[in-house]
Amino acid sequence: MDQTTPETPGTTPSTSAPRRVVVVGGGMVAQRFVEALRDRDTAGAHHVTVLAEEPRAPYDRVALTSFFSGRDINDLALGDATLWDDPLVHLVRGDAATSIDRTAQVVTTASGRTYAYDELVLATGSDAAVPPIEGADLPGVFVYRTIDDVVALRGWVEEQGRRWTRPVRGAVIGGGLLGLEAAGALHALGAQATVIQFTSHLMSAQVDLGGGQALKRLINDLGVAVRCDTATSRMRPSRRTGAVGRLDFADGGRLDVDVVVLATGVRPRDELGRAMELEIGPRGGVVVDDACRTGVPGIWAIGEVACIGGACLGLVAPGYAMAEIVVDRLLGGAATFPGADTATKLKLAGVDVASWGDAFATTPGAMEVVWADPVGGVYKKLVLADDGTTLLGGVLVGDASAYASLRPMVGRVLPGDPAAFLLPEGGGPRADLELPDDAGVCSCNNVSAGTVRGAVRDHGCTDLAGVKACTKAGTSCGSCLPLVKKLMTTELEQAGIEVSNALCEHFDLSRVQLYDAVRAAGLTTFSEVVARFATDAAGRGCDLCKPAIASMLSAVAPAHVLEGERATLQDTNDHVMANMQKDGTYSVVPRIPGGEVTPDGLLAIGQVAKDFGLYTKITGGQRIDMFGARIDQLPAIWQRLVDAGFESGHAYGKSLRTVKSCVGSTWCRFGVQDAVGLAVDLELRYRGLRSPHKIKLGVSGCARECAEARGKDVGVIATDQGWNVYVGGNGGFTPRHAVLLAEDLSTEDLVRTIDRFLMYYVRTADRLQRTAAWVADYEGGVDAIRQVVLEDSLGIGADLDAAMAQHLENYEDEWAATLADPAKLAHFRSFVNAPDQHDDTLAYVAERGQARPATPAERSGPVLVAGTTLEVRA
Amino acid sequence: MTTVTPAPATEPTTSLPAADTSPTVWVAVCALTDLAVERGAAALVDGEQVALFRLFDDTVRAVQQHEPYTQAMVMSRGIVGTRRGVPVIVSPLYKQVFDLRTGECLDTTKGDPVALVTWPVQVRDGVVHLARPATASGAA
Repeated sequence: MDQTTPETPGTTPSTSAPRRVVVVGGGMVAQRFVEALRDRDTAGAHHVTVLAEEPRAPYDRVALTSFFSGRDINDLALGDATLWDDPLVHLVRGDAATSIDRTAQVVTTASGRTYAYDELVLATGSDAAVPPIEGADLPGVFVYRTIDDVVALRGWVEEQGRRWTRPVRGAVIGGGLLGLEAAGALHALGAQATVIQFTSHLMSAQVDLGGGQALKRLINDLGVAVRCDTATSRMRPSRRTGAVGRLDFADGGRLDVDVVVLATGVRPRDELGRAMELEIGPRGGVVVDDACRTGVPGIWAIGEVACIGGACLGLVAPGYAMAEIVVDRLLGGAATFPGADTATKLKLAGVDVASWGDAFATTPGAMEVVWADPVGGVYKKLVLADDGTTLLGGVLVGDASAYASLRPMVGRVLPGDPAAFLLPEGGGPRADLELPDDAGVCSCNNVSAGTVRGAVRDHGCTDLAGVKACTKAGTSCGSCLPLVKKLMTTELEQAGIEVSNALCEHFDLSRVQLYDAVRAAGLTTFSEVVARFATDAAGRGCDLCKPAIASMLSAVAPAHVLEGERATLQDTNDHVMANMQKDGTYSVVPRIPGGEVTPDGLLAIGQVAKDFGLYTKITGGQRIDMFGARIDQLPAIWQRLVDAGFESGHAYGKSLRTVKSCVGSTWCRFGVQDAVGLAVDLELRYRGLRSPHKIKLGVSGCARECAEARGKDVGVIATDQGWNVYVGGNGGFTPRHAVLLAEDLSTEDLVRTIDRFLMYYVRTADRLQRTAAWVADYEGGVDAIRQVVLEDSLGIGADLDAAMAQHLENYEDEWAATLADPAKLAHFRSFVNAPDQHDDTLAYVAERGQARPATPAERSGPVLVAGTTLEVRA
Repeated sequence: MTTVTPAPATEPTTSLPAADTSPTVWVAVCALTDLAVERGAAALVDGEQVALFRLFDDTVRAVQQHEPYTQAMVMSRGIVGTRRGVPVIVSPLYKQVFDLRTGECLDTTKGDPVALVTWPVQVRDGVVHLARPATASGAA
């Protein structure tokens, strides 16, 4: 299947052999082209070769900045990796096309390999433009375009950080979209950052002056300085290092720097087109018509290198549209470029900016409706046609939540008063939009509202994951997901498909609704909850609602799990505070906070396990699990453990499990913070906190991340300045890396942030919903949760803090309390009428020096080697 | 605290002793107050493990302690509740749902339904009595 050998050029393809398509360039648009071609060319009539200059498959360049916080190159992967294993697809990495013979129809690469083509697609993209400023070639001056650029920049900043005792001083020249992302990246690396903008305000290509001013305030709030109306006249080397050391400005000002990022724009990489004598646009770019055809038959150009409608477009959405057009044309279609959707959304933590359509009101007669809150750093503008109702475009700064629903309305009449769309949440009646079927919802993947509705109506999708898989909507940047979800829900409701969040047959309410209701009504027992809120007051609950209500009550009205009626609500694990195993015995896990245990503690656990004949295993959560305890043995086992200073590890609960940690700065020569100390503090803080599902935390003492904290519900990673906190990670069936919630927090701020995150999760997640699914499903995603947790956007911060304080105040070791109360101990009797006898059906076999349950065959045969009682000196 | 609760009135006939056998022998097991409301307890009756359940209205039900899908002796440790008004026990291991009156499996979660053996129960003078089950015990 390797097609790299030279083939006879110019041959007319037979109908049986696939046509040879060569794509020059391996960026996002090339990826989309291949995806679309393999998706639509069901007959396999085309073989496509992609020549990528970078030594890797196409990746999500738009999300490059996230690489700083994520630090995992795989987070930038695009689409389905198996695309490149397709026999009709050949990806050549790390080998740039250097020349094209358009007569012979052959492309030659840097390594000298040649590729014959029937159809040639230029998708070479752009280069970062280096402005003609003296000193732009000094060490310490970077562009911001590829993974390699970002890696080099990061390495430089980290090296400077080690060199100086003061913070690293950084500057970004260019205050556009990319410049702001670069500034955010410098800031994330712990450097001071100043944005130097030549024009009057930031993002001046997308946002008007009012929006730019609001944006500047938001950027300043992040700790990034901004200088507008400033031209850089030269960059001067440091006398000590020879690297860039100072910026001189045209107005006579100057700025000392250790690193400079150039973000002054991009330049189409049209050199191959020029060499082939294709027509080139006035400001560069290979000129194409609205079908993306160059002047030469069989040669196409797509993405940023294409000059379409007289301009090169530096955004991914129009590039995707061009890729789809060429695929359509290759397959005999007649698609044309519909005009550029230049809608933009800035992806920078804490800064919400969106701009779309005629943002500058250049249409004759256009009217602007503006709502500005300079104090809050919010600026919103809608541009309307002269009829006052047709939306032409808009700018949203500080709160872009309306972007997803407004952008598809361009060219359409807005229902109701346009001002209603600009008011803050709760500031007035929220306008509701009924999108027409042909309105675009996901611009990255060109998915219309009708397609989303069709996924529900015709393809039977009933959840967001299904709709995403079916339509690809929301699978790139994700900004449209709230809208997709809303469309899906509406469609499901109209189809009569009940989107029921009801807990079970006993309660019509969802967990969240019931939680709020119980809290508001001040109920403290299950019977009160049934009497007040159940569908049938005679019902007595079930295995679904009872544990959920036990969990709510433990937060609303704290009491021991075995206190009165509470004892009837618990799964057997919570009821006997141990984990039931396949033979009906239990495993026992004492808490070992942060995985830190003394030799005496280990000896005590070992002696208990030995005396009771328990199988022992180290858990993934850095503690010790002891298996094979009968229900009637649990109190004696725990008496020994409590006497040795241990307490319940809640391994059985929908509650905090462990806080895993690396060894941290105490011992590790790389550690920058005391990971173990923090992990112990966090584990002791959140122990016993009942939640919708289990919660796991992790703390790593440096960026090496030995504690695998990003696989946890809450992961903390030490930085030189403090702690980064990540949320929503998961292992198990659907592994997910936690995403960054906040950076460089002090320990105090970190703890408050985690307090609020966990308590908000406890209050608003669905039954058995881990934080990963909760964060993913939360309207507005992690950005919206960040606003609640860090900026207190809902005004419930103090309430969440108080709830956590109440948890801390009420914590007691469940096992110590049980041992002190004969009524609670009664739950552990083997037989109500024969408490001195025990289950004699248990049977064990020795394996690798320990006991394990006998298999059915072993139970009936003669091979039984260990009885049920390996007793004990209880 | 408890008056005599005659079991048969609402007892489904399927779990009653067959009419043509010898007179029913009732075995005293424990005091009603030994049982927690809506939380099962295991008992040994003639050497056999039985799961007892005291319901919200103080009715007592008895089924086999043997969980038929896993062979573990755990039925008493499930959650007691109702399904459409029917008192049920949910297996603590794989969540199969059984009718506490008849032993019928209402929700298998996987595999074929297997019914539990039930014991007739009477509470007399605050003491829980069991009779021999209607069918041969399936318990190991």
